[in-house]
Amino acid sequence: MSDPREIEKMTTVDRCPVAFPLRQPGQSFPPPQYLEFREQEGLVSTTLPSGELVWLVTRHEDVRAALTDPRISSNPSHPGFPRAAKTGGVPSQDEVPGWFVALDPPEHGRFRKTLIPEFTVRKVREMRPAIQQIVDERIDAMLAAGDTADLIADFALSVPSLVISSLLGVPNADRDFFETRTRVLVTLTSTDEQRQAASKALLRYLNRLISVKQKRPGDDLISQLLADGTLSKQELSGVSMLLLIAGHETTANNIGLGVVTLLSNPQWIGDERAVEELLRYYSVADLVAFRVAVEDVEIGGQLIRAGEGIIPLVAAANHDGTVFERPDEFDPSRSARSHVAFGYGVHQCLGQNLVRVEMDIAYRTLFERIPTLELAVPVTELPIKYDGVLYGLHSLPVRW
Amino acid sequence: MRISVDTDRCVGAGQCVLSAPDVFDQDDMGIVLVLAEPADEPAREAARRGGATR
Repeated sequence: MSDPREIEKMTTVDRCPVAFPLRQPGQSFPPPQYLEFREQEGLVSTTLPSGELVWLVTRHEDVRAALTDPRISSNPSHPGFPRAAKTGGVPSQDEVPGWFVALDPPEHGRFRKTLIPEFTVRKVREMRPAIQQIVDERIDAMLAAGDTADLIADFALSVPSLVISSLLGVPNADRDFFETRTRVLVTLTSTDEQRQAASKALLRYLNRLISVKQKRPGDDLISQLLADGTLSKQELSGVSMLLLIAGHETTANNIGLGVVTLLSNPQWIGDERAVEELLRYYSVADLVAFRVAVEDVEIGGQLIRAGEGIIPLVAAANHDGTVFERPDEFDPSRSARSHVAFGYGVHQCLGQNLVRVEMDIAYRTLFERIPTLELAVPVTELPIKYDGVLYGLHSLPVRW
Repeated sequence: MRISVDTDRCVGAGQCVLSAPDVFDQDDMGIVLVLAEPADEPAREAARRGGATR
Protein backbone atom coordinates (compact mmCIF):
# COMPACT_ATOMS: atom_id res chain seq x y z
CA MET A 1 0.00 0.00 0.00
CA SER A 2 2.44 2.62 -1.16
CA ASP A 3 0.08 4.82 -3.17
CA PRO A 4 -1.50 7.35 -0.79
CA ARG A 5 -4.53 7.73 -3.05
CA GLU A 6 -5.34 4.11 -2.61
CA ILE A 7 -5.25 4.53 1.14
CA GLU A 8 -7.50 7.56 0.82
CA LYS A 9 -9.96 5.58 -1.26
CA MET A 10 -10.15 2.78 1.28
CA THR A 11 -10.89 5.00 4.25
CA THR A 12 -13.87 6.46 2.49
CA VAL A 13 -15.50 3.06 2.17
CA ASP A 14 -18.79 3.41 3.98
CA ARG A 15 -18.86 0.96 6.80
CA CYS A 16 -21.44 0.68 9.50
CA PRO A 17 -19.70 0.81 12.88
CA VAL A 18 -20.17 -2.36 14.92
CA ALA A 19 -21.47 -2.48 18.49
CA PHE A 20 -18.91 -2.63 21.27
CA PRO A 21 -17.80 -4.53 23.26
CA LEU A 22 -18.52 -7.55 21.13
CA ARG A 23 -18.45 -10.08 23.95
CA GLN A 24 -22.12 -10.82 24.53
CA PRO A 25 -24.02 -13.34 26.68
CA GLY A 26 -24.53 -16.66 24.95
CA GLN A 27 -21.77 -16.00 22.44
CA SER A 28 -18.49 -17.86 22.20
CA PHE A 29 -15.23 -16.10 22.96
CA PRO A 30 -13.39 -14.64 21.12
CA PRO A 31 -16.44 -13.08 19.44
CA PRO A 32 -17.07 -14.82 16.08
CA GLN A 33 -17.18 -11.42 14.35
CA TYR A 34 -13.41 -11.15 14.77
CA LEU A 35 -13.04 -13.67 11.96
CA GLU A 36 -15.05 -11.43 9.59
CA PHE A 37 -13.08 -8.36 10.65
CA ARG A 38 -9.75 -10.05 9.96
CA GLU A 39 -10.90 -10.97 6.49
CA GLN A 40 -12.12 -7.49 5.58
CA GLU A 41 -9.85 -5.02 3.86
CA GLY A 42 -8.57 -2.25 6.10
CA LEU A 43 -9.90 -2.02 9.65
CA VAL A 44 -13.37 -2.04 11.17
CA SER A 45 -14.57 0.92 13.19
CA THR A 46 -16.81 0.81 16.22
CA THR A 47 -18.54 3.25 18.53
CA LEU A 48 -17.83 3.20 22.23
CA PRO A 49 -20.72 3.62 24.68
CA SER A 50 -19.71 7.29 24.87
CA GLY A 51 -20.13 7.76 21.13
CA GLU A 52 -16.42 7.94 20.28
CA LEU A 53 -15.33 6.20 17.11
CA VAL A 54 -12.38 3.82 17.33
CA TRP A 55 -10.61 1.45 14.94
CA LEU A 56 -10.50 -2.23 15.88
CA VAL A 57 -7.31 -4.07 14.94
CA THR A 58 -7.77 -7.81 14.60
CA ARG A 59 -5.02 -9.34 12.42
CA HIS A 60 -1.92 -10.65 14.24
CA GLU A 61 0.46 -8.67 12.04
CA ASP A 62 -1.56 -5.47 12.40
CA VAL A 63 -1.88 -5.80 16.18
CA ARG A 64 1.90 -6.13 16.46
CA ALA A 65 2.33 -3.14 14.12
CA ALA A 66 -0.13 -1.00 16.09
CA LEU A 67 1.50 -1.88 19.41
CA THR A 68 4.98 -0.91 18.21
CA ASP A 69 4.36 2.14 16.01
CA PRO A 70 5.80 5.30 17.61
CA ARG A 71 2.99 7.34 16.02
CA ILE A 72 0.49 5.46 18.17
CA SER A 73 0.29 6.52 21.81
CA SER A 74 -0.80 4.93 25.10
CA ASN A 75 -1.22 8.31 26.76
CA PRO A 76 -4.88 9.14 27.54
CA SER A 77 -4.12 12.86 27.74
CA HIS A 78 -3.93 12.96 23.92
CA PRO A 79 -7.16 14.17 22.28
CA GLY A 80 -9.25 11.34 20.92
CA PHE A 81 -7.95 8.68 23.30
CA PRO A 82 -10.70 6.06 23.70
CA ARG A 83 -11.39 6.38 27.38
CA ALA A 84 -15.12 6.16 27.63
CA ALA A 85 -16.87 4.87 30.70
CA LYS A 86 -17.98 1.24 30.61
CA THR A 87 -14.90 0.15 28.71
CA GLY A 88 -12.40 0.09 31.53
CA GLY A 89 -11.00 3.54 30.73
CA VAL A 90 -7.35 4.13 31.50
CA PRO A 91 -6.41 6.61 34.22
CA SER A 92 -4.08 9.41 33.13
CA GLN A 93 -0.88 10.48 34.87
CA ASP A 94 -2.80 13.34 36.49
CA GLU A 95 -5.26 10.94 38.09
CA VAL A 96 -2.73 8.28 39.04
CA PRO A 97 0.91 9.42 38.85
CA GLY A 98 3.09 6.38 38.23
CA TRP A 99 0.40 4.60 36.17
CA PHE A 100 3.12 4.09 33.61
CA VAL A 101 1.14 1.95 31.17
CA ALA A 102 -0.38 5.33 30.22
CA LEU A 103 3.01 6.78 29.25
CA ASP A 104 4.95 6.62 25.99
CA PRO A 105 8.68 6.33 25.51
CA PRO A 106 10.93 7.90 26.63
CA GLU A 107 9.07 8.77 29.92
CA HIS A 108 7.76 5.21 30.16
CA GLY A 109 11.30 3.80 30.14
CA ARG A 110 12.26 5.18 33.56
CA PHE A 111 9.49 3.17 35.22
CA ARG A 112 9.94 0.04 33.17
CA LYS A 113 13.73 -0.05 33.66
CA THR A 114 13.32 0.32 37.41
CA LEU A 115 10.99 -2.67 37.55
CA ILE A 116 12.23 -5.20 34.99
CA PRO A 117 15.12 -6.46 37.16
CA GLU A 118 12.46 -7.78 39.58
CA PHE A 119 10.59 -9.77 36.93
CA THR A 120 13.31 -11.49 34.92
CA VAL A 121 13.03 -15.18 34.10
CA ARG A 122 15.65 -15.92 36.76
CA LYS A 123 14.08 -13.77 39.51
CA VAL A 124 10.71 -15.37 38.94
CA ARG A 125 12.26 -18.84 39.01
CA GLU A 126 13.63 -17.98 42.45
CA MET A 127 10.08 -17.24 43.61
CA ARG A 128 8.93 -20.80 42.79
CA PRO A 129 9.26 -22.22 46.34
CA ALA A 130 7.28 -19.31 47.83
CA ILE A 131 4.56 -19.66 45.16
CA GLN A 132 4.44 -23.43 45.69
CA GLN A 133 3.87 -22.85 49.40
CA ILE A 134 1.02 -20.41 48.75
CA VAL A 135 -0.60 -22.89 46.32
CA ASP A 136 -0.25 -25.76 48.79
CA GLU A 137 -1.74 -23.74 51.63
CA ARG A 138 -4.77 -22.79 49.52
CA ILE A 139 -5.33 -26.44 48.62
CA ASP A 140 -4.90 -27.47 52.29
CA ALA A 141 -7.60 -24.94 53.19
CA MET A 142 -9.99 -26.21 50.48
CA LEU A 143 -9.49 -29.84 51.50
CA ALA A 144 -9.97 -28.97 55.18
CA ALA A 145 -13.23 -27.14 54.41
CA GLY A 146 -15.01 -30.08 52.76
CA ASP A 147 -15.43 -31.64 49.33
CA THR A 148 -16.69 -28.67 47.33
CA ALA A 149 -15.31 -25.20 46.59
CA ASP A 150 -15.64 -22.14 44.43
CA LEU A 151 -12.34 -22.50 42.66
CA ILE A 152 -12.27 -18.81 41.69
CA ALA A 153 -12.62 -17.33 45.18
CA ASP A 154 -10.85 -20.14 47.04
CA PHE A 155 -7.96 -20.71 44.64
CA ALA A 156 -7.68 -18.91 41.29
CA LEU A 157 -8.04 -15.44 42.85
CA SER A 158 -6.43 -16.10 46.21
CA VAL A 159 -3.20 -17.57 44.83
CA PRO A 160 -2.12 -14.61 42.63
CA SER A 161 -3.50 -12.17 45.17
CA LEU A 162 -1.29 -13.67 47.89
CA VAL A 163 1.69 -13.86 45.54
CA ILE A 164 1.56 -10.20 44.46
CA SER A 165 0.78 -8.88 47.95
CA SER A 166 3.70 -10.79 49.42
CA LEU A 167 5.99 -9.54 46.61
CA LEU A 168 4.94 -5.91 47.13
CA GLY A 169 4.69 -6.14 50.91
CA VAL A 170 0.92 -5.51 51.09
CA PRO A 171 -0.52 -7.16 54.24
CA ASN A 172 -2.55 -10.30 53.49
CA ALA A 173 -5.19 -9.04 55.91
CA ASP A 174 -6.05 -6.26 53.43
CA ARG A 175 -6.82 -8.62 50.54
CA ASP A 176 -10.58 -8.07 50.74
CA PHE A 177 -10.07 -4.33 50.53
CA PHE A 178 -7.96 -4.30 47.39
CA GLU A 179 -9.75 -7.18 45.68
CA THR A 180 -13.16 -5.50 45.96
CA ARG A 181 -11.80 -2.13 44.72
CA THR A 182 -10.01 -3.85 41.85
CA ARG A 183 -13.25 -5.59 40.88
CA VAL A 184 -14.91 -2.18 40.43
CA LEU A 185 -12.08 -1.06 38.16
CA VAL A 186 -12.27 -4.14 35.94
CA THR A 187 -16.07 -4.24 35.63
CA LEU A 188 -17.38 -2.74 32.40
CA THR A 189 -20.66 -1.68 34.02
CA SER A 190 -19.02 0.36 36.80
CA THR A 191 -19.82 4.07 36.56
CA ASP A 192 -17.11 6.72 36.31
CA GLU A 193 -17.95 7.78 39.88
CA GLN A 194 -17.54 4.21 41.19
CA ARG A 195 -14.33 3.85 39.26
CA GLN A 196 -12.85 7.09 40.59
CA ALA A 197 -13.86 6.26 44.17
CA ALA A 198 -12.23 2.82 43.94
CA SER A 199 -9.10 4.23 42.40
CA LYS A 200 -8.84 6.99 45.07
CA ALA A 201 -9.38 4.50 47.88
CA LEU A 202 -6.62 2.25 46.54
CA LEU A 203 -4.23 5.17 46.16
CA ARG A 204 -4.96 6.47 49.68
CA TYR A 205 -4.38 3.02 51.08
CA LEU A 206 -1.08 2.57 49.23
CA ASN A 207 0.09 6.06 50.23
CA ARG A 208 -0.43 5.13 53.88
CA LEU A 209 1.30 1.80 53.37
CA ILE A 210 4.29 3.53 51.78
CA SER A 211 4.54 5.97 54.71
CA VAL A 212 4.63 3.01 57.10
CA LYS A 213 7.37 1.36 55.02
CA GLN A 214 9.41 4.57 55.03
CA LYS A 215 9.60 4.25 58.80
CA ARG A 216 9.86 0.47 58.95
CA PRO A 217 11.18 -0.99 55.70
CA GLY A 218 10.47 -4.66 55.07
CA ASP A 219 11.89 -7.30 52.77
CA ASP A 220 9.59 -6.40 49.89
CA LEU A 221 9.47 -4.57 46.56
CA ILE A 222 7.83 -1.36 47.86
CA SER A 223 10.54 -0.96 50.54
CA GLN A 224 13.21 -1.70 47.96
CA LEU A 225 11.86 0.88 45.49
CA LEU A 226 11.66 3.44 48.32
CA ALA A 227 15.30 2.84 49.17
CA ASP A 228 16.26 2.96 45.49
CA GLY A 229 14.78 6.45 45.21
CA THR A 230 14.29 6.49 41.41
CA LEU A 231 10.55 6.92 41.82
CA SER A 232 8.91 9.64 43.90
CA LYS A 233 6.64 8.54 46.73
CA GLN A 234 3.62 9.61 44.70
CA GLU A 235 4.80 7.68 41.65
CA LEU A 236 5.46 4.66 43.81
CA SER A 237 1.81 4.65 44.92
CA GLY A 238 0.67 4.54 41.31
CA VAL A 239 3.21 1.88 40.37
CA SER A 240 2.16 -0.24 43.36
CA MET A 241 -1.49 0.14 42.44
CA LEU A 242 -0.79 -0.95 38.88
CA LEU A 243 1.24 -3.99 39.96
CA LEU A 244 -1.31 -4.95 42.58
CA ILE A 245 -4.24 -4.83 40.14
CA ALA A 246 -2.43 -6.36 37.16
CA GLY A 247 -0.84 -8.95 39.40
CA HIS A 248 -3.96 -10.65 40.69
CA GLU A 249 -6.98 -10.06 38.49
CA THR A 250 -5.58 -11.20 35.13
CA THR A 251 -3.83 -14.26 36.54
CA ALA A 252 -6.97 -15.26 38.44
CA ASN A 253 -8.99 -15.38 35.21
CA ASN A 254 -6.29 -17.40 33.48
CA ILE A 255 -6.04 -19.94 36.29
CA GLY A 256 -9.82 -20.43 36.49
CA LEU A 257 -10.38 -20.83 32.73
CA GLY A 258 -7.36 -23.10 32.42
CA VAL A 259 -8.68 -25.49 35.06
CA VAL A 260 -11.92 -25.90 33.07
CA THR A 261 -10.00 -26.65 29.88
CA LEU A 262 -7.56 -29.04 31.55
CA LEU A 263 -10.43 -30.97 33.19
CA SER A 264 -11.57 -31.96 29.72
CA ASN A 265 -8.03 -32.30 28.34
CA PRO A 266 -6.26 -34.13 31.19
CA GLN A 267 -3.49 -35.43 28.93
CA TRP A 268 -1.98 -31.91 29.01
CA ILE A 269 -1.85 -31.55 32.79
CA GLY A 270 1.74 -30.94 33.88
CA ASP A 271 2.96 -30.09 30.36
CA GLU A 272 4.27 -26.53 30.36
CA ARG A 273 3.22 -26.07 26.73
CA ALA A 274 -0.36 -26.11 28.04
CA VAL A 275 0.29 -22.82 29.86
CA GLU A 276 1.44 -21.03 26.70
CA GLU A 277 -1.47 -22.41 24.69
CA LEU A 278 -3.99 -21.42 27.40
CA LEU A 279 -2.62 -17.88 27.36
CA ARG A 280 -3.15 -17.75 23.59
CA TYR A 281 -6.47 -19.59 23.58
CA TYR A 282 -8.21 -17.40 26.19
CA SER A 283 -6.39 -14.07 25.72
CA VAL A 284 -8.25 -12.68 28.74
CA ALA A 285 -6.83 -9.16 28.31
CA ASP A 286 -8.53 -8.60 24.94
CA LEU A 287 -9.84 -5.17 25.96
CA VAL A 288 -6.80 -3.81 27.74
CA ALA A 289 -4.64 -2.07 25.12
CA PHE A 290 -6.27 1.27 24.20
CA ARG A 291 -4.36 3.62 21.94
CA VAL A 292 -4.66 6.84 19.95
CA ALA A 293 -2.89 7.94 16.77
CA VAL A 294 -0.83 11.10 17.35
CA GLU A 295 0.07 11.37 13.66
CA ASP A 296 -1.61 9.96 10.57
CA VAL A 297 -0.62 6.31 10.34
CA GLU A 298 -1.52 3.37 8.16
CA ILE A 299 -2.30 0.06 9.85
CA GLY A 300 -3.51 -2.96 7.91
CA GLY A 301 -4.20 -0.89 4.80
CA GLN A 302 -6.28 1.61 6.76
CA LEU A 303 -5.40 5.27 7.09
CA ILE A 304 -5.88 6.29 10.71
CA ARG A 305 -5.96 10.03 11.24
CA ALA A 306 -4.18 11.77 14.10
CA GLY A 307 -6.62 11.91 17.02
CA GLU A 308 -8.50 8.71 16.15
CA GLY A 309 -8.70 5.94 18.73
CA ILE A 310 -7.38 2.42 18.17
CA ILE A 311 -8.06 -0.83 20.04
CA PRO A 312 -5.71 -3.68 19.13
CA LEU A 313 -7.68 -6.80 20.11
CA VAL A 314 -5.23 -9.42 21.31
CA ALA A 315 -7.78 -12.26 21.35
CA ALA A 316 -8.48 -11.56 17.68
CA ALA A 317 -4.75 -11.59 16.87
CA ASN A 318 -4.27 -14.81 18.82
CA HIS A 319 -7.03 -16.51 16.81
CA ASP A 320 -5.68 -15.37 13.45
CA GLY A 321 -5.72 -18.52 11.33
CA THR A 322 -2.86 -17.31 9.18
CA VAL A 323 -0.55 -17.53 12.22
CA PHE A 324 -2.18 -20.27 14.31
CA GLU A 325 -3.68 -23.21 12.43
CA ARG A 326 -7.13 -24.25 13.67
CA PRO A 327 -6.98 -21.26 16.03
CA ASP A 328 -10.16 -22.12 17.95
CA GLU A 329 -8.81 -25.51 19.04
CA PHE A 330 -6.89 -25.94 22.28
CA ASP A 331 -3.73 -27.66 21.09
CA PRO A 332 -0.62 -27.26 23.27
CA SER A 333 1.47 -29.19 20.72
CA ARG A 334 1.42 -26.12 18.47
CA SER A 335 4.05 -23.42 18.87
CA ALA A 336 1.98 -20.76 20.61
CA ARG A 337 4.97 -18.64 21.60
CA SER A 338 4.24 -15.84 19.12
CA HIS A 339 0.90 -15.04 20.79
CA VAL A 340 0.28 -11.48 21.96
CA ALA A 341 -1.77 -12.33 25.06
CA PHE A 342 0.63 -10.19 27.10
CA GLY A 343 0.62 -7.43 24.50
CA TYR A 344 3.60 -6.55 22.36
CA GLY A 345 6.24 -3.83 22.28
CA VAL A 346 7.36 -1.68 25.20
CA HIS A 347 4.17 -2.16 27.20
CA GLN A 348 4.05 -5.94 27.06
CA CYS A 349 3.24 -7.42 30.44
CA LEU A 350 6.02 -6.89 32.93
CA GLY A 351 4.83 -9.80 35.05
CA GLN A 352 4.41 -12.33 32.23
CA ASN A 353 7.05 -14.71 33.56
CA LEU A 354 5.43 -14.61 36.98
CA VAL A 355 2.03 -15.42 35.43
CA ARG A 356 3.50 -18.42 33.59
CA VAL A 357 5.05 -19.80 36.76
CA GLU A 358 1.89 -19.22 38.82
CA MET A 359 -0.27 -20.99 36.23
CA ASP A 360 2.18 -23.88 35.91
CA ILE A 361 2.44 -24.48 39.67
CA ALA A 362 -1.30 -23.97 40.20
CA TYR A 363 -2.34 -26.59 37.60
CA ARG A 364 0.30 -29.16 38.47
CA THR A 365 -0.35 -29.00 42.20
CA LEU A 366 -4.13 -28.81 42.01
CA PHE A 367 -4.55 -31.88 39.81
CA GLU A 368 -1.87 -33.82 41.65
CA ARG A 369 -3.32 -33.19 45.09
CA ILE A 370 -7.00 -33.42 44.10
CA PRO A 371 -7.04 -36.04 41.32
CA THR A 372 -10.82 -36.50 41.56
CA LEU A 373 -11.50 -32.79 40.95
CA GLU A 374 -14.57 -32.19 38.73
CA LEU A 375 -17.02 -29.44 37.84
CA ALA A 376 -20.05 -29.26 40.14
CA VAL A 377 -22.20 -27.69 37.39
CA PRO A 378 -22.37 -28.35 33.63
CA VAL A 379 -19.71 -26.37 31.74
CA THR A 380 -22.43 -24.45 29.89
CA GLU A 381 -23.72 -23.07 33.20
CA LEU A 382 -20.44 -21.51 34.31
CA PRO A 383 -21.01 -17.77 34.89
CA ILE A 384 -18.87 -15.92 32.34
CA LYS A 385 -17.77 -12.33 33.05
CA TYR A 386 -19.62 -10.64 30.21
CA ASP A 387 -19.35 -7.45 32.26
CA GLY A 388 -15.61 -7.73 32.76
CA VAL A 389 -12.79 -5.81 31.14
CA LEU A 390 -11.04 -9.17 31.36
CA TYR A 391 -12.54 -12.41 30.12
CA GLY A 392 -13.04 -14.97 32.86
CA LEU A 393 -15.47 -16.68 35.23
CA HIS A 394 -17.31 -15.11 38.16
CA SER A 395 -17.25 -18.44 39.98
CA LEU A 396 -16.20 -22.02 39.33
CA PRO A 397 -18.09 -24.55 41.45
CA VAL A 398 -16.09 -27.78 41.82
CA ARG A 399 -16.22 -30.95 43.92
CA TRP A 400 -13.98 -33.93 44.61
CA MET B 1 22.98 -16.94 11.47
CA ARG B 2 24.11 -13.68 13.00
CA ILE B 3 22.55 -12.49 16.25
CA SER B 4 22.75 -8.86 17.23
CA VAL B 5 20.94 -7.21 20.13
CA ASP B 6 19.83 -3.62 20.52
CA THR B 7 19.86 -3.16 24.30
CA ASP B 8 18.16 0.24 23.96
CA ARG B 9 15.13 -1.42 22.42
CA CYS B 10 15.07 -4.41 24.76
CA VAL B 11 11.91 -4.29 26.92
CA GLY B 12 13.16 -6.91 29.36
CA ALA B 13 10.19 -9.24 29.00
CA GLY B 14 12.39 -12.34 28.87
CA GLN B 15 10.64 -13.84 25.83
CA CYS B 16 13.99 -14.62 24.20
CA VAL B 17 15.23 -16.47 27.31
CA LEU B 18 12.09 -18.61 27.39
CA SER B 19 12.33 -19.42 23.68
CA ALA B 20 16.08 -20.08 23.49
CA PRO B 21 17.65 -20.38 26.96
CA ASP B 22 20.96 -21.64 25.52
CA VAL B 23 21.31 -18.57 23.34
CA PHE B 24 19.89 -15.67 25.40
CA ASP B 25 19.99 -14.57 29.00
CA GLN B 26 19.07 -11.43 30.95
CA ASP B 27 21.58 -9.39 32.92
CA ASP B 28 20.88 -8.12 36.47
CA MET B 29 18.93 -5.22 34.99
CA GLY B 30 16.78 -7.59 32.92
CA ILE B 31 18.40 -6.59 29.61
CA VAL B 32 19.18 -9.19 26.92
CA LEU B 33 22.57 -10.95 26.80
CA VAL B 34 23.76 -13.30 24.06
CA LEU B 35 25.32 -16.37 25.67
CA ALA B 36 26.29 -18.25 22.53
CA GLU B 37 25.55 -18.64 18.85
CA PRO B 38 22.93 -21.33 18.29
CA ALA B 39 24.61 -24.69 17.76
CA ASP B 40 22.21 -26.40 15.34
CA GLU B 41 19.05 -25.81 13.30
CA PRO B 42 16.54 -26.41 16.15
CA ALA B 43 18.51 -23.93 18.27
CA ARG B 44 18.54 -21.45 15.37
CA GLU B 45 14.80 -21.84 14.99
CA ALA B 46 14.32 -21.25 18.74
CA ALA B 47 16.54 -18.15 18.53
CA ARG B 48 14.43 -16.83 15.64
CA ARG B 49 11.29 -17.27 17.72
CA GLY B 50 12.95 -15.46 20.61
CA GLY B 51 13.79 -12.34 18.67
CA ALA B 52 12.45 -10.13 15.95
CA THR B 53 13.87 -11.26 12.64
CA ARG B 54 14.29 -8.96 9.71
